Amino acid sequence: MTLDEQVRGHKVKLHDMCLRDGMHSMRHQISVDQMVDIATGLDEAGVPLLQVTHGDGLGGSSLNYGRGKHSDREYISAVAARMKNAVVSVLHVPGIGTLDELRMAADCGAGCVHVASHCTEADVTEQHIGLGRQLGMDTVGFLMMAHMTDVETLVEQALLMESYGATTVYCVDSAGYMLPDDVTARIVALRAALQAETEIGFHGHHNLGMGIANSLAAIAAGASRIDGSAAGFGAGAGNTPLEVFSAVCDRMGIVTGVDTFKLMDVAEDRVLPMMEKPPRADRDALTLGYAGVYSTFLYNAKEFARKYGVPARDILVELGRKRMIGGQEDMIEDTALTMAKERGLIES
Amino acid sequence: MNKIKCAIIGPGNIGTDLLYKLLRSDVLEPVWMVGVDPTSAGLARARELGLKTTEEGVDGLVPHVLEDGVQIAFDATSAYVHADNSRKLNALGVVMIDLTPAAIGPLCVPPVNLATLAERSVMNVNMVTCAGQATIPMVNAVSSVQAVDYAEIIATVASKSIGPGTRKNIDEFTRTTSSAVAKVGGAKQGKAIVVVNPAEPPLMMRDTVYCETADEPDREAITRSVHAMVEQVQKYVPGYRLKNGPTFDGRKVAIFLEVEGLGDFLPKYAGNLDIMTAAAARTAEMFAHKILDGSFVPQPISATEAA
Repeated sequence: MTLDEQVRGHKVKLHDMCLRDGMHSMRHQISVDQMVDIATGLDEAGVPLLQVTHGDGLGGSSLNYGRGKHSDREYISAVAARMKNAVVSVLHVPGIGTLDELRMAADCGAGCVHVASHCTEADVTEQHIGLGRQLGMDTVGFLMMAHMTDVETLVEQALLMESYGATTVYCVDSAGYMLPDDVTARIVALRAALQAETEIGFHGHHNLGMGIANSLAAIAAGASRIDGSAAGFGAGAGNTPLEVFSAVCDRMGIVTGVDTFKLMDVAEDRVLPMMEKPPRADRDALTLGYAGVYSTFLYNAKEFARKYGVPARDILVELGRKRMIGGQEDMIEDTALTMAKERGLIES
Repeated sequence: MNKIKCAIIGPGNIGTDLLYKLLRSDVLEPVWMVGVDPTSAGLARARELGLKTTEEGVDGLVPHVLEDGVQIAFDATSAYVHADNSRKLNALGVVMIDLTPAAIGPLCVPPVNLATLAERSVMNVNMVTCAGQATIPMVNAVSSVQAVDYAEIIATVASKSIGPGTRKNIDEFTRTTSSAVAKVGGAKQGKAIVVVNPAEPPLMMRDTVYCETADEPDREAITRSVHAMVEQVQKYVPGYRLKNGPTFDGRKVAIFLEVEGLGDFLPKYAGNLDIMTAAAARTAEMFAHKILDGSFVPQPISATEAA
């Protein structure tokens, strides 16, 4: 069967990430006005879900991940108040955000939550998925760095999230490392194991330029939610560029309900002008995808590369070798320091 | 030398590791291990090591407390049953060292406030969390030099070293640590981040401490204070190491730590568990010295008073 035959007629919800994952590209400094401007544009274009949080989720504003220009409360309430149809979602990582912060987000008008854990640690999400459901939110289990474990383990972890109450489970390619066959194997197995009414999602990064191809593979294998980002705005080389993906969906007969021209305009007229540098697969971002490293590490690695004189690419490869995972941004400076000492660049 | 007799409640990983540490103590003698499951491997191991055991929980211990002279008890069960355990044993004049997140007694981080708590002769102290034990001494090392507006800690533990209880209640773990970072560490505001890393072979516990000082940080004084505090912690956790730092960036001070366990019962990578049991043992030893020299006479707390 051709790929076109496998996806034609599928209904898929597109979920925009440019106001959450895109916060990384802006070092969490997007203003409330910019958020509202972009979010209203996405809403008018028919994007059904859009995520608004600090890049590292609720409670992410910190010295470790960078402080947000505004609080999650300010961002979420300002955007939610202006939505006609789109639902505002939040990212929530247990261990970073607390239950009180999730309650706050729901109070401010967030209707959907991605409760995230590393792909083998789903059992830290029980309280948080439970609260999401209790608050009446569209509650999603979000298994990050899904390339770091085998298919069987990923399925076990997805079943745990489903048992806690998640009504959608995501396979998340946080490192932009996966190739289409990796995605197919995971989504097929998830689809076979999870209940028929549980939705499956895919969140890609574009570090190897595979965001669109991987998202198509996910749909062919049974995914019905795809994350992307207007103008590809996101960590590493960015997320799957949503307006490009929407155009591909139109051509292939995937039903999204999104107005591709309007989405193109939002990307071009509202998102792009905000970017200092549009995300692209430069050698450091490409290294993330090549070595399987958490995309968010990119900016900190560049910063400490400048400070200690060790190339960012070397730092990233070392972080990958040590199997550092999402959340361990503190280990970037630590690793840079250790490498700089070993290379005689600084005194030990 | 006389030793103070102790009971351990909870024969799991923590309780068993603690038992090995107590067996080496000059002032503590573990005499009872308390569990709830007759088939528990931890109870069997304690019996082999010469302890009396009961599988009837604290109620199985209570009738023997006075005749066996138990004066200190460690609770390594869960927050949900700790209050009850503490009430029953405090009523008999037993000092409680709480390794659960219940935190009904004052928070204790030995090199920071153990001496003060021992002076106050409190009957229940809480050992915060492993992340708190590993990081609060460093926050305190900075805040004892100059005012700290904000302290943030990131604790990364090996997946294999963290049990189902902590995973299920990760929110309490995060919040208890955050509040202790401020309260005991001496920062105006505290934040804690916890990461569980599944790498194989398992990674050592890593902890990073960021402090934001109110004014420009005094680099030399802070560096000296941090090194001195590392030595204090090494007295009871020899595998506690400063890996990098302190580094300075504006008002931000960064300190990078690694905690290797002693490997008594738990593997060496589980420094997070080792630092809890070592801190609890050290706390008990301080109380034991005071009981032995007569400066602390534990008093029974009647049930009504405790309530």
